[in-house]
Amino acid sequence: MNFVAPDFMPVLPEIFVLTLTCLILVIDVFLEQRQRHITYGLAQLTLLGAALLTLLTYSQAPVTTMFGHYIKDAMGDLLKLFIYLASAAVFLYSRDYLRQRNLFKGEYYVLGLFGVLGMMIMVSAHSLLSVYLGLELLSLSLYALVATDRDSPVASEAAMKYFVLGSLASGMLLYGISMIYGATGSVDLQVVADAVGQQGANNLVLVFGLVFLVVGLAFKLGAVPFHMWLPDVYQGAPTSVTLYIGSAPKLAAFALVMRILVDGLGTLQGDWQQMLIILAVLSIALGNLVAIAQTNIKRMLAYSTISHVGFLLLGILSGTPEGYAASMFYTIVYVLMAVGAFGVVIMLSRSGFEAENIDDFKGLNDRSPWLAFLMMMIMMSMAGVPFLVGFYAKWVVLQAVVNIGLVWLAIVGVVFSVIGAFYYLRVVKCMYFDKPEQSEAIEMSRDTEIVISANGLLLVGLGLYPTALMAWCAAALLN
Amino acid sequence: MLSELPLLSLVIWFPILGGIAVLFVGDENPSRAKVLSLTVAILSFLISLPLFSSFDATTAAMQFQEFVPWIPAFSVNYHLGVDGFSMPLILLTAFMTVLVVIAGWEVIQYRIAQYMAAFLIMEGLMIGVFAALDAILFYVFFEAMLIPMFLIIGIWGGPRRVYATIKFFLYTFLGSVFMLIALIYMYNQASSFEILDFHKLPLSMTEQVFIFFAFLLGFAVKVPMWPVHTWLPDAHVEAPTGGSVILAAITLKIGGYGFLRFALPITPDAAAMLDWLIITMSLVAVVYIGLVALIQQDMKKLIAYSSIAHMGFVTLGFFIVFGIERHTGSLSGATMGIEGGMVQMVSHGFISGALFLCVGVLYDRVHSRQIKDYGGVANTMPIFAAFMVLFGMANSGLPGTSGFVGEFMVILSSFKASFWIAFLASATLILGAAYTLWLIKRVIFGEIGNSHVAELKDVSTREIIMLSLLAAAVLLLGVWPDPLTSVMHASVDNLIQHVVTSKLL
Repeated sequence: MNFVAPDFMPVLPEIFVLTLTCLILVIDVFLEQRQRHITYGLAQLTLLGAALLTLLTYSQAPVTTMFGHYIKDAMGDLLKLFIYLASAAVFLYSRDYLRQRNLFKGEYYVLGLFGVLGMMIMVSAHSLLSVYLGLELLSLSLYALVATDRDSPVASEAAMKYFVLGSLASGMLLYGISMIYGATGSVDLQVVADAVGQQGANNLVLVFGLVFLVVGLAFKLGAVPFHMWLPDVYQGAPTSVTLYIGSAPKLAAFALVMRILVDGLGTLQGDWQQMLIILAVLSIALGNLVAIAQTNIKRMLAYSTISHVGFLLLGILSGTPEGYAASMFYTIVYVLMAVGAFGVVIMLSRSGFEAENIDDFKGLNDRSPWLAFLMMMIMMSMAGVPFLVGFYAKWVVLQAVVNIGLVWLAIVGVVFSVIGAFYYLRVVKCMYFDKPEQSEAIEMSRDTEIVISANGLLLVGLGLYPTALMAWCAAALLN
Repeated sequence: MLSELPLLSLVIWFPILGGIAVLFVGDENPSRAKVLSLTVAILSFLISLPLFSSFDATTAAMQFQEFVPWIPAFSVNYHLGVDGFSMPLILLTAFMTVLVVIAGWEVIQYRIAQYMAAFLIMEGLMIGVFAALDAILFYVFFEAMLIPMFLIIGIWGGPRRVYATIKFFLYTFLGSVFMLIALIYMYNQASSFEILDFHKLPLSMTEQVFIFFAFLLGFAVKVPMWPVHTWLPDAHVEAPTGGSVILAAITLKIGGYGFLRFALPITPDAAAMLDWLIITMSLVAVVYIGLVALIQQDMKKLIAYSSIAHMGFVTLGFFIVFGIERHTGSLSGATMGIEGGMVQMVSHGFISGALFLCVGVLYDRVHSRQIKDYGGVANTMPIFAAFMVLFGMANSGLPGTSGFVGEFMVILSSFKASFWIAFLASATLILGAAYTLWLIKRVIFGEIGNSHVAELKDVSTREIIMLSLLAAAVLLLGVWPDPLTSVMHASVDNLIQHVVTSKLL
């Protein structure tokens, strides 16, 4: 039996990240605590290198390698670039926070990078096996990250909850995968797609497998009614980790849905569309309604995440390339907003003080007008008020839904986003209309300040000129 | 030379950029921020003047057009242009902003740079609403306006400002999101977001009815029409003087403008079928809200209710056209209804703005808006009293003031549709006079009410300047409305053609 070496070129970014992460793991052992910034710097360099490699090998035409387990295409590359970008911002925002809490350890960055690697594999997976591998690599890194603050009982509880429910979801997914394998005889998404195309929706095993897959995906996305873990984990985890969980993994989760449901089981669109409609409506409704009742900002943003997940499902369930592009645009925009929002929350925390409650934002306009302005832009963008990019994200998704004749779904979406606007406005209200309860100035290091400013202004800039990113998303999905 | 300049873009973006510049000048240097804001406001008004002087009144076509592809994937364009409806409203916006900046000059103590910047940015966005010819561009400006106004009421408002501003925001937001869905729906039919393409789009009756209600919800909240008016008194009472002025003078007009630009020409058949609904709502506003205004104890609330009643005239004038056609079989008089509504909008912009400024003048001195805290102001503030009486007369529709022209035109044209509509509409002449003159009587005339009033100082030069500018506008429009009506003739005729042509498939 001959072993034919697969083409390694398309996998170069993954190999690079893996190698450097292992290297950082080794180097970090030899570093003193005061030299820990070297680990940080290397982690950022890894992301930068991976971004360069992805850009250099960027190609429109899809290439599969690793015996069909891996695909390199425009959608994957675009998502990866934003994963690097979001993760780099996360690493930067959390640096000072971790330092003040004696959590500034190599593990955060190494686990973070392993998570990035997991996301990259998810994004580029072309078989059910590699999808699962990537997902588990990401999930295990996240479980450990949530528990990094060992002495905090809340964090440990959150980690435990996350682990148990996450494993359950993985089990569901795996069970679904096994049924699909049973029905089609392969894990390769191309072969699965062909087989499903022949059998259609008549095969009961296939439809059963699909149900388990959708349940597993809904768990990972945090769609209602599989969202229970999300608020607890967001609230319990250290803010630096919440920032991480809330951002880049959403891009990977989007890719996960695209790869499995669209690439693999596209023929069953009629079946999964109905399931996704239920998930989307419930997520949008429950996420927006329950967020109103929150006093903890992290928990509020968790429920807001749930409602945003509902919106991004709207694009996918439309089952058209425009819908997928809209959904991708939504996901990218959401990640940019989430990074910014949690970024501001992290800036407000100081040593010995956690900015956890919405009340902690009171009078921010008096303490730091610029930060208040940025947060207002982020909140308005999340609420979908124009000139901010969040509006265009909602608009294209609604357009996709109206396009396939589901006008009622669009109406449900907008009604609940009006309800949702209330809790975003409440944050703005605290920042601008209330008097500050504390007077400490907000200290930020220079680089953090520049990046968070760029982050907020990006939402305005993309709002004035959303065309380029929209066109990029559309181009990535038109093959 | 002048025609080659992107005039509309300048009028939109100059105040916005100016506002950002004011923000950077910052709170540390309030006086410089004030001077800069005034300069920006005056310059933007001057820039907007060529829109009037080079306007071609003989055509209904869009003028000063600018066209740049913006989001080609959805054929959304940065398309600007004005006709006889939007041009006067743009000028009104630029004019009122200057007054608002002057009005806030000494009064606002807290974060004045942010205050001025909010109004300048608001100006640019409102002009954008009037100038947009692309539905998405319109919607973007329409919604973006909410942010500065939300902050204006919330930061510089009265004691219940948070409640009022959140109510204002959510009400308007809820009204407009349905419009977004209607726009997307029409895009699917027309493959274009151009408003003028929507005008030509054939739609079935069911579609038209749904789309009409989507527009109605969006614009009726803005106008505001009874029964979705409840945000307005709250917002007005809590807003700082400048905020009330802009709300009453401009943002309410955006609702009326929306009916002319969207609801009437896009869904004429639904509008013809449902005109009784709008007319009923308008008449309820005129009569019932007029009665409500009568019993108000708070001056700002009284003027707010009077605004709702006067805006009822505007919607009545716009929708009376169908009644005229049905009743007389001809369209003579229809022009007068729509023109009357437009004149009423502009005139109400001046009058309500002026009245809110007058209340602001009193409030700055006594810090009360309750009518019972005043009395005999004429004794201590004679100049001010003269102004307030003039604006009060204009508000009650005295001939010779601008308030008369619009109301008279609307009443005259509604006579052609039905005697009873005209009869009820005329009730405003009595009710309007009653609540305004009674307000004047209790505040201005009579014995000096209390020690506060006795210590009042008369208006300063700054206040005289801003009030006399408005007084001139009110009188000029009252005796010589022709410059305003003549620019809109062609557009009104064109609109009536659209409205009477069925778009059913």
